[in-house]
Amino acid sequence: MDPLLSGDVGLAEILIVLLKVVVAFAALLIGVMLMVWFERKLVADMQNRLGPNRAGPFGVLQTLADGIKLFFKEELSPQNADPFVYRLAPYLSLIPAFLVFAVVPIAGNFSGDNDGVVTMFGHETLMQVADPQIGILLVLAMSSVAVYGIMLAGWSSGSKYPLLGSVRATSQMVSYEAALGLSVATVLIVAGSLSTNLIVDGQAGGRWNLWMTGLVPFVVFLIAGTAELNRPPFDLVEAEQELVGGFHTEYTALRFAMFFLAEFMNTVTMSAIIVTLFFGGPSGPSFGLDGWFADYVLGFGYFFAKLLVFLFVFVWFRATLPRLRYDQLMDLGWKLLIPLALGWFLVVAAVKVAIDTTWNVAVVLGVAAAGLLLGGMLLKLAIRSGSEHRTDEFVGGDR
Amino acid sequence: MIAALAPLSFLAQSATGNSFDVPANVVFYIVAAFMVFAAIRVVTTDNIVHAALWLILVLSGVGLNFLLLQAEFVAITQILVYLGAIVVLFLFGIMLTRAPLGRADDLDNNMRPIGVAVGLLLTAVIAFALIRTFGNDSLTFEAYAGSQAVAGNNRTTALANEIFGPQLIPFEVLSVLLTAALIGAIVLARRD
Amino acid sequence: MAESPLSDFLRSYLTVGIFASLGFILVGLLVLIAWMIRPDRRQAQKYISYESGVDPVGDLWSQSQIRYYIFALLFVIFDVEVVFLFPWSTQLEAFGAFGLWHMFFFIFVLLLSLIYAWRKGVLRWA
Repeated sequence: MDPLLSGDVGLAEILIVLLKVVVAFAALLIGVMLMVWFERKLVADMQNRLGPNRAGPFGVLQTLADGIKLFFKEELSPQNADPFVYRLAPYLSLIPAFLVFAVVPIAGNFSGDNDGVVTMFGHETLMQVADPQIGILLVLAMSSVAVYGIMLAGWSSGSKYPLLGSVRATSQMVSYEAALGLSVATVLIVAGSLSTNLIVDGQAGGRWNLWMTGLVPFVVFLIAGTAELNRPPFDLVEAEQELVGGFHTEYTALRFAMFFLAEFMNTVTMSAIIVTLFFGGPSGPSFGLDGWFADYVLGFGYFFAKLLVFLFVFVWFRATLPRLRYDQLMDLGWKLLIPLALGWFLVVAAVKVAIDTTWNVAVVLGVAAAGLLLGGMLLKLAIRSGSEHRTDEFVGGDR
Repeated sequence: MIAALAPLSFLAQSATGNSFDVPANVVFYIVAAFMVFAAIRVVTTDNIVHAALWLILVLSGVGLNFLLLQAEFVAITQILVYLGAIVVLFLFGIMLTRAPLGRADDLDNNMRPIGVAVGLLLTAVIAFALIRTFGNDSLTFEAYAGSQAVAGNNRTTALANEIFGPQLIPFEVLSVLLTAALIGAIVLARRD
Repeated sequence: MAESPLSDFLRSYLTVGIFASLGFILVGLLVLIAWMIRPDRRQAQKYISYESGVDPVGDLWSQSQIRYYIFALLFVIFDVEVVFLFPWSTQLEAFGAFGLWHMFFFIFVLLLSLIYAWRKGVLRWA
């Protein structure tokens, strides 16, 4: 809970809130703009091309130029489209995308006894737009609302490719959301709180959830997050060779720009969420420093450095990994990630309970490992006998 | 069904006076009026996907009302489960059967008076049950002081206490219910 | 409570609301400006839906397959499960072994549904 908002609220508090909102929004927009450039430049490097290099130094302003171009383009909406839903869909895609950013702590000093509270114009506050007590659930809720933008865009276009793309996209996002939620639940066991500020605070001093939860939830989250973003190698949704542009095939000009913006905004916010959940967000050694330098410069520096790593990872994925087939995608989500995340959740929970209730942790770990192994083998056995049965049926049957 | 619980805040409030914030009250009435409008549109619109869209608005209104009741976990669950999963399921169902663009003339029939009568009857029954059960209850909202906030998410704690306390059996039965639902759906879908 | 017109609790959500409306207004404004300044040269052919360069064939709506529906249903089940995990996972120490066993049971039963779906072959995208 933001200390700024408790007690009486005067004009100063309202102004600080507005300032934070505007700054966060501007920072996100600039960040997205740079991300588009970063991705194009990096992919170009990895593919031995030059990439954008005309507008501004190193082509930094290319995104801006593209945006302005789209701004002046004629807008075409297909004749069979549902006019209202067709216009609504880009907003439904964009708003959840930036709303997630509201709960990401982007700076503040978390070292020692500090809990990320900074003093801004004589008022104490947190370096995030809002800190609701269920912050991390807001992230999950927004990523489930984002499904609508895509689904409705595809349906309302009144065209075949978008419809196919949107049904695929929705099914994919929905499949990976469960795995996403399960790995977040594992983090919560360690963090003990749903507030993003407290999650970061709990990781101060290098106790990152990355190793506190045993690496597996992070891997699950990264894979599920990439799938949730519909980014390569999970970009079947807009597989150019099959579906043209997927759900936004029929969108032009500014409305297309909104989908494009939402996509990259999601990439930036997803990286920010990974940093917050697993890598301690803006926390890091403060070298005994105090005051504004530790609060703003160091905190933001740590956050930005970690963020950049994940932005790079997402681009790297795109440049190196071949696209999955739809059956592989579903297999990965349902047959690997969800059982794995569930099993790992139970193991971490058992270990935590063991520590709390003075059971022998080593024994619990051994039992948990044996249980996980046994469970996996039983699962495989059950499935295999089932699928053999199936194959026979298929050979004999006429379906 | 969940939507029917929303008037709870109103009932509780009118019974006890000013235990509730004034702005929150104003927002509640606006949201409630909007929800009623959206709910009527769900059944009167002549495009089935539009009906699903109006349903989304009704359900987010329920979420907002839970938020006004300071039940943030339930509010976010409302969005996560109802908006994120149930309506998506509806939409898949619609896409599976038929989801034409534009008006569909066969969505309407001449049963409207009966529909209105059933709706009013249900409203009366639910209102009666709610007033009988909760009419004398009052909602207390403790202020979130700074110290409490640091101590953690006390709303969620209360919910966990409820799940592992009086509601333990329903909680366990829920898992069986969900499993049964899935098995039923698979049996229906697979034809074998 | 009495002295403040709005509870502390709702304020942080109000901030989120302000953030959302700022974005909505800014984007809406952009769309409005673009609507005013963009060219508008109508031609019937421009509004035909895209189908790889040829005229659209047949019905513009196509039926989707039932397996999408099954996956959505599976998701509902796991979503509900995840939601029930959250309050417990922040409070592990409060319920200890008691909570752990009950959670084991809860997850086990739901896992059965996944195994059933798996064995029935609905997870296979053939």
